[in-house]
Amino acid sequence: MDWTPYLAGLGIGILSWFTFLLSARPLGCSTAYARTSGMIERAIRGDSVLEKPYYRNFVPQIDWEWMLVLGIVIGAFITALVRGEFALIWVPSTFEAAFGSSSLLRLAVALVGGVLMGLGARWAGGCTSGHGISGTLQLAIASWIAVVIFFVSGIIVAFLLYGVIVPW
Amino acid sequence: MVESADSPLQRLRQNQSLQRLLGLVMGVAFGVFLQLGGVTSYDVIIGQLLLYDFTVVKVMLSAVAVGMVGVYLLVHLGLASLAIKPGSIGTTVLGGIIFGCGFAVLGYCPGTVAGAVGSGALDALFGGVTGILIGAGIFAELYPRLDASVLQRGKIPDMTIPELVGVQPRTVIVPMIILIIAILYGIEYLGL
Repeated sequence: MDWTPYLAGLGIGILSWFTFLLSARPLGCSTAYARTSGMIERAIRGDSVLEKPYYRNFVPQIDWEWMLVLGIVIGAFITALVRGEFALIWVPSTFEAAFGSSSLLRLAVALVGGVLMGLGARWAGGCTSGHGISGTLQLAIASWIAVVIFFVSGIIVAFLLYGVIVPW
Repeated sequence: MVESADSPLQRLRQNQSLQRLLGLVMGVAFGVFLQLGGVTSYDVIIGQLLLYDFTVVKVMLSAVAVGMVGVYLLVHLGLASLAIKPGSIGTTVLGGIIFGCGFAVLGYCPGTVAGAVGSGALDALFGGVTGILIGAGIFAELYPRLDASVLQRGKIPDMTIPELVGVQPRTVIVPMIILIIAILYGIEYLGL
């Protein structure tokens, strides 16, 4: 039996104690993208962007959660290097087995998926971290509903992609 | 024991630059655990959604079980407060369906995509992160219209399951932990 997923879960669970204790915040990732999007839009279109109602709620600035997401990149990078898992790849192997090795196709699909994910995460008010881990561990009703819908809808679309478009 | 307004803990929580540093440190730890657990990989996430690799469920459920006990203990000791996200049918359900579509098409989520970037996945960086930024920007643009139409529909109570049922948190936490252990035991028993 492989214990590493449980060790990782144990680590994330203990980490959540510290985010509540030291930072009075739950683990979450998706507002960092909304803030970054606002920062980019501000750089292009000027300060009028700050007047948008959404950016009045989520001010485009670097905060705790923004640094958390940056930290994830660094933490995963170090771990991947140490464990010899770091590899620059364009097309993941499961994708390649089903849809071929075109980097351009994978890039286009990932971009479309990313747009849906960014839109959906902000629409639902949280992601797999904010609702899926932090909300559920607090036993929040909306978060339990959210995570069930994330997975049910994800499972249906994954089966459509891998089962219908590309029959096994 | 309730924290007073100027306790060291409150001062720490209100120190913005220290919080940014703490965010970075906690993020590094989060990234280490995500990479260690294997969930920064497209193959693992898609394997979960295609129901042949249950790594994502193992990581998430064990994190939830461990987190739940500690966070509720901190709340009980007066050292933390819950931060419950509000929801509605219009936000949670509609947004959740869109999120799920993105989850399957991208094969990462907003946290794991950052970890995937760290592990060298270029599709995560140029496709995933770029797309999520665009999607979040689209939501910010649509927000006033959505808020005036669908987002307020079918309000979900801003409360926890124990509050809804009207029982002590431990009355829900203990069965929940037993249920999570049983599910994880079942997954291992089935070799998933």
